[in-house]
Amino acid sequence: MKAYLNSPLFGVTITIVAFLIGSYINKKTKMAILNPILLSAFAIIFILNRFDIDYETYNLGGRLISFFIAPATVVLAVPLYKNIRLLRKKWLPILIGITVGSLAGLVVIFVLCKLLRIDRIMLISLLPKSTTAAISMETSEEIGGIPSLSVAFTAVTGICGNILGEYIFRIFKINDKVSRGVSLGTASHVLGTAKAMEMGETEGALSSLSITVAGIISVFLIPWFMNLLGI
Amino acid sequence: MKGLRQLCIILLILSLGEILQLRFNMSVPGTILGMIILLFLLMIKVVKLKNIDSISTTLLNNFALFFVPANVGIMVYFEQVKAVWVKLLIVIIISTIVVMAVTGLTVQLLDRAISKQKKGGKHESLS
Repeated sequence: MKAYLNSPLFGVTITIVAFLIGSYINKKTKMAILNPILLSAFAIIFILNRFDIDYETYNLGGRLISFFIAPATVVLAVPLYKNIRLLRKKWLPILIGITVGSLAGLVVIFVLCKLLRIDRIMLISLLPKSTTAAISMETSEEIGGIPSLSVAFTAVTGICGNILGEYIFRIFKINDKVSRGVSLGTASHVLGTAKAMEMGETEGALSSLSITVAGIISVFLIPWFMNLLGI
Repeated sequence: MKGLRQLCIILLILSLGEILQLRFNMSVPGTILGMIILLFLLMIKVVKLKNIDSISTTLLNNFALFFVPANVGIMVYFEQVKAVWVKLLIVIIISTIVVMAVTGLTVQLLDRAISKQKKGGKHESLS
């Protein structure tokens, strides 16, 4: 048994099995809060704790799966390329909107962390949370955060955006399709885009474009913001 | 062989991104540089969509799976998170609402202002 646990096969297998079950539950219940990443991660943590297996052992296989984050990030260029024509007409409002919105998010995270006395390492790990998981993890690592925490924060952010999107649009009277799409993609990446696609084709395409554009902007914006405030 | 060839293109671009990042000590992650390089190559049509379509579909379809092991990593920080998780949740919910509202409103207001200006400009040229 020990030999099996200490081979990468264990980590790879348990991850894929847990993820398939998580995706199945998510699909059946259609509830954003039952997010496949969170469900499967919690299931795996539960099993590891139950059988007293440490993270290092699990990660012998886990890191083989994590490896694919890097090439998957590169191919994010493909949906961006397919949708880039949408930028042509309204590029100025879209780019300014994404930048201003992302910056507002950073300011709010900073202020709230100070008010609630959340420590620096948590604050840093929170900063990239609106970007897609790949960018969030990479940025977190680059700015001295904890990538594992950033991934979890990112998943929770996605769920929030997915659930709250419609209410926010109603309260703030955001009626325009382009604005809605950009807003969902910028604030809550892939899960926001899932909601945008339910709203309509234009919303979906703009949301998916905004994930990557917001990611690229944030990569530059976050280190600048940290420098500015001396975080 | 097709899948392998496509994977190879992506890995080479990724490597270029990582090497550039290390060589020039940039604050931008190598993967993001790789993405920007790929976007550029697609736009100048050095790389065509059909050269990378199957690998990108495979990777993007399984995107969420790749983040599971990293997420399991929070078990290492369990004690740290346990003490503050309610506060963290508050920060996440409020900041997500702010990003969404500010982004949406900015795009909507600017878009209206710009189209108004354009219409105004047309009227002037007519008169």
